[in-house]
Amino acid sequence: MPEFNIDKIRAAFPILSREIGNKPLVYLDSGATAQKPKAVIDRLTHFYEFENANIHRGVHYLSMNATTEYDEARETIAKAIGAPKVEEVIFTRGATESVNLVSNGLSETLVEGDEIVLTLMEHHANFVPWQILAEKKGLTLKFANVTDTGEIDMEHWKSLFSSKTKLATFTHVSNALGTINPVKEMTAFAKDKSDALVLIDGAQAVPHGKVNISDLGCDFYVFSGHKVFGPDGIGILWGRGELLNAFQPFQSGGDMIEHVSVSGTTFRQIPERFEAGTPNISGAIGLAAAFDYMENEVGWEAAEAHEQSILKYATERLSEIEGLHIRGTAPDKVGVISFTMDSAHPHDIGTILDTCGVAIRAGHHCAQPLMEHYKIAGTARASLAFYNNREDIDALITGLEKVQRFFG
Amino acid sequence: MDDLDDLYQEIILSHNKRPRNEGELNPHDHEAEGYNPLCGDRLQVYVRGGSDQIEAVQFTGEGCAISRASASMMTESVKSLGGAELEAKIAEVLQILTAKEEPTVDPFEMGELAALVGVRKFPPRVKCATLAWHTLQAALRDKNSISTESDD
Repeated sequence: MPEFNIDKIRAAFPILSREIGNKPLVYLDSGATAQKPKAVIDRLTHFYEFENANIHRGVHYLSMNATTEYDEARETIAKAIGAPKVEEVIFTRGATESVNLVSNGLSETLVEGDEIVLTLMEHHANFVPWQILAEKKGLTLKFANVTDTGEIDMEHWKSLFSSKTKLATFTHVSNALGTINPVKEMTAFAKDKSDALVLIDGAQAVPHGKVNISDLGCDFYVFSGHKVFGPDGIGILWGRGELLNAFQPFQSGGDMIEHVSVSGTTFRQIPERFEAGTPNISGAIGLAAAFDYMENEVGWEAAEAHEQSILKYATERLSEIEGLHIRGTAPDKVGVISFTMDSAHPHDIGTILDTCGVAIRAGHHCAQPLMEHYKIAGTARASLAFYNNREDIDALITGLEKVQRFFG
Repeated sequence: MDDLDDLYQEIILSHNKRPRNEGELNPHDHEAEGYNPLCGDRLQVYVRGGSDQIEAVQFTGEGCAISRASASMMTESVKSLGGAELEAKIAEVLQILTAKEEPTVDPFEMGELAALVGVRKFPPRVKCATLAWHTLQAALRDKNSISTESDD
């Protein structure tokens, strides 16, 4: 593997060399979606220029080849995330659809009075599906508090478990605060304390370091492709095979059937069971290319170390700004810095930074319960990836000085 | 003057820093909550009087500089208006903010409200500026809440 060289890394991401309004793009919104390396873009182009065909259908060369590529993409991703069995890796549209697939599957077995333990730092994607299911089935949702530093209040979380707990679900990394949760220990506790299934939302964890699902002990793990340098519209649900095969299909149609007759239809096992219709073939292949790129061209460890060094630098520089408050100061964080300023609203910060070419996110980050907890409407959020450098942070600081000139 | 100076004109910054008529109006005849789910901002508008004749308008709520300045200017500019004149004022402001064609704005006629036209260059921020005005409309129609993401 080549040595980690930030300039070479940046050159591999074509969009990073463009300008926004005559200013070089400073992309600090990777938490919303990550930029794509040329390797992924080229893979998609190659697929459509030379390989496009539907899978699992044709006897012709292109169809057989596309089927092979699609199956190999699943194998690549399974290996990259440490999934014990390839067929347990289900392609979905993204983390949101993955959670919905599980909540739909569990709706068959959960009964009135069953309890689900969640946390107040969940993204709406791992919150709303459970709320809807709870209303439909008469389930009780229990939410763990978050501490002032932006960590799950573990004593409180542990106290929420009972013999009625059927599911514990929590985010691996908070999208709004960057906190890395001790998911392995949490899973072990949940398993020890109850019969609960454990679902981990990995959408914000997978882009920041190597995740080994086998090591976590959970039952389901979900993430989105576009946040991990892959295409959008593709995501992963990993789940234990025996659980997934017991779920009713989420959607039905072609490809997921075993046999269809007027008297009834039988369904295939995973993964086809949950991949009705023509799937996002290029998306799956592109996502595998993203993992290949990270594994072979960058190296997860080097990427993580670099991102942490930029996070440290950014945290130091931002802390020097008077009237700026970083929300989420857990010792274990990925490169996400949420902040508020006494003088300016997050939206005004976002607009002014945009005129400096600096892209951040402003708002509630689809984590309104968390914002309510902090009694704020939203934050400004700079979110990093391994392709960010110190100059990006310097540009952010210059932009924030401009904010202060307007609002100070 | 660059676009940012157009957006954050002195008049906008001044209204943001020292909003006029901020606080709950008691007693009031109408109130409504305006909500922008995209950013989580909420605005409460209180009206004494009614569509025929507004006696006073006040507002409370969290928001960005644009939404606060727009709310502040709204409370001043609709006071003692009523009937067709009131409707025309609201329509005029919404028009300069949202019309597809670049509007002609006469600062002498529009006064401070003309400053809102700078928001046009920042499409994601237009809803921040219209929120107070839509919330006023809702209050006058005794509609308790409106959202920038619903159809009316």
